Amino acid sequence: MLVVEGLSCEMPDFKLKDISFSICKGEYFVLLGESGAGKTIVLELLCGLLPLTKGRIFLEGRDITNLPVQKRRFGLVFQDNALFPHMTVWQNIAYALPLKKRNQVSEFAARVGAEHLLERYPATLSGGEAQRVALARAIAADPVIIMLDEPTASLDSSSKIEIRSVLRSINALGITVIHVTHDYEEAISLASTVGILENGNLIQAGSPLDVFHHPRSKFVANFIGIKNFFRGALDGENFRILNKPITLFVSSEHKKGRGCVLFESESVVLSSDKPSGSTRNVFYGKVVGMERAKNGMEVCVDAGGVQIYSLITFISAERMKISVGDNLWVSFKSTAVRFIPESYD
Amino acid sequence: MKKHFYIFELVALLCGGLILMFIIAPIVGMVLNSKASILFETMTDKEIHASIRLTLLTSFVATMAFSVIALPFSWYLARYDFVFKNVLIGIINLPLVIPHSTAGIALLSVLNRESMAGKLAEKMGFSFINNPVGIALAMSFVSLPFLIESACSGFAGVPEKLEKAAMTLGASPLRVFFTISLPLAGRSILTGLIMMFARGLSEFGAVIIIAYHPMVTPVLIYERFTSYGLSYAREAGVVFLIVSLIVFVAIRLISEKGCNYAGR
Repeated sequence: MLVVEGLSCEMPDFKLKDISFSICKGEYFVLLGESGAGKTIVLELLCGLLPLTKGRIFLEGRDITNLPVQKRRFGLVFQDNALFPHMTVWQNIAYALPLKKRNQVSEFAARVGAEHLLERYPATLSGGEAQRVALARAIAADPVIIMLDEPTASLDSSSKIEIRSVLRSINALGITVIHVTHDYEEAISLASTVGILENGNLIQAGSPLDVFHHPRSKFVANFIGIKNFFRGALDGENFRILNKPITLFVSSEHKKGRGCVLFESESVVLSSDKPSGSTRNVFYGKVVGMERAKNGMEVCVDAGGVQIYSLITFISAERMKISVGDNLWVSFKSTAVRFIPESYD
Repeated sequence: MKKHFYIFELVALLCGGLILMFIIAPIVGMVLNSKASILFETMTDKEIHASIRLTLLTSFVATMAFSVIALPFSWYLARYDFVFKNVLIGIINLPLVIPHSTAGIALLSVLNRESMAGKLAEKMGFSFINNPVGIALAMSFVSLPFLIESACSGFAGVPEKLEKAAMTLGASPLRVFFTISLPLAGRSILTGLIMMFARGLSEFGAVIIIAYHPMVTPVLIYERFTSYGLSYAREAGVVFLIVSLIVFVAIRLISEKGCNYAGR
């Protein structure tokens, strides 16, 4: 339905590079990324609100790259809802409708549970109510795709749940949704497809299961609780961490290529003396941080500029009397290290 | 620290009092020194009536006519950055810094009967010189920067996101301008319109060069002063002051009502 090819945009302080993806009709596509990753820019480029440097956008086979905003039929819901403050809720929704169809305002409001708000002004609405109205207004414009820019970012947790349910019901009507967020939970809860955006690059896209089981960014790895995540290049069993003088031993079916490695902090063992077992990844470093976690103490050891996290029990931490500044050995088995190649599909 | 601030507050208040006195004293003096009999005579003077009517009307028409071109341009200035934008803004504000008689002379050089505009006007059956059209142009020349400046800051205060949202809902740029940008910048635009109108009413230097006749009130007051002396000019001034005050209070009340919606 929507095919995006090599979307690029250059701004004075930001570059969006070669974004390509495709979305099928009725899909719920979540673009996940940290603040400043370029998520909103992608939406504004798709809508035609920002000029492209390069790339093409096809909607149902038709090239819409140079089509004006008004003719693209993409409904955009902004993070802060962008309701017109000088109009009532009724007028806001009616704005999207042609004169002949203005008797349908209540119908659109009812679809998102906002029919009781029609006489109110946006300034008098709560965050959740305002977002419902913004959704009703977007649907009223009869869009082919609804684009949502962090629609729940400024809401409390109960409003978030309500809005998610409204979003599911909108998608259930067959409306295709592109939703950008930095909220991992939201992505898991709503997405049929997830794309990961990092520093203006779309680094991964696929089903939520695929993306979160094979993370290709520290951002996603952190979401699934993995802090030991490094980019670099694999050559045989040796994985050279990018820009660091450290090589890890990796046991992988892949033999060569760029990619990333990850291993759980539970697999990392700390010891005062150099371990002498079968463990091949052994490094000496300084404790640079300690933090209480739910199930133990998370210790961060800096080994040659690489920060390795280890999760140990409170009893072990007490027994070893570890404190920040101590020098320790960190070790983990090469079988605990998972390599994910860059071109993995 | 607190004591110093307290003293500073007193000094600031004293400064305010002096400024207020500086503005109010001549006006109060003018009103108090007016003779009731002459004031009554002036109030019923048909020449005064005609001149006030002409002044109000030309300034109003000038403000409305120029707002049609000034508002879209102000929106553009508020939304876009371009090379030499500051130079352009400097040129727009030029009438504020040049003597108004100079502004009148400058305007006369392009509106006189021998100029292209003058010849064109003659073909259409009128002349800019000694004509309400010329007066309106002279008023606009010196007062337009007030409208552009105020409208520009009003448009800059309208979140661009609202205009973008309207466009994604299918609205054309023209519809976005009239339904979103203009109403949301309404308060500043109204202030700008009032300022331009007020500046037009009080204009003397540029107007007298373009049109001594028909006489706008500031020219009439000057003429009374030079012909009959202070007492006759003063009463005309008081009458004009009262009319202006009534007009501005009325405009303010209407504009406050118009802009007072729950969203802001």
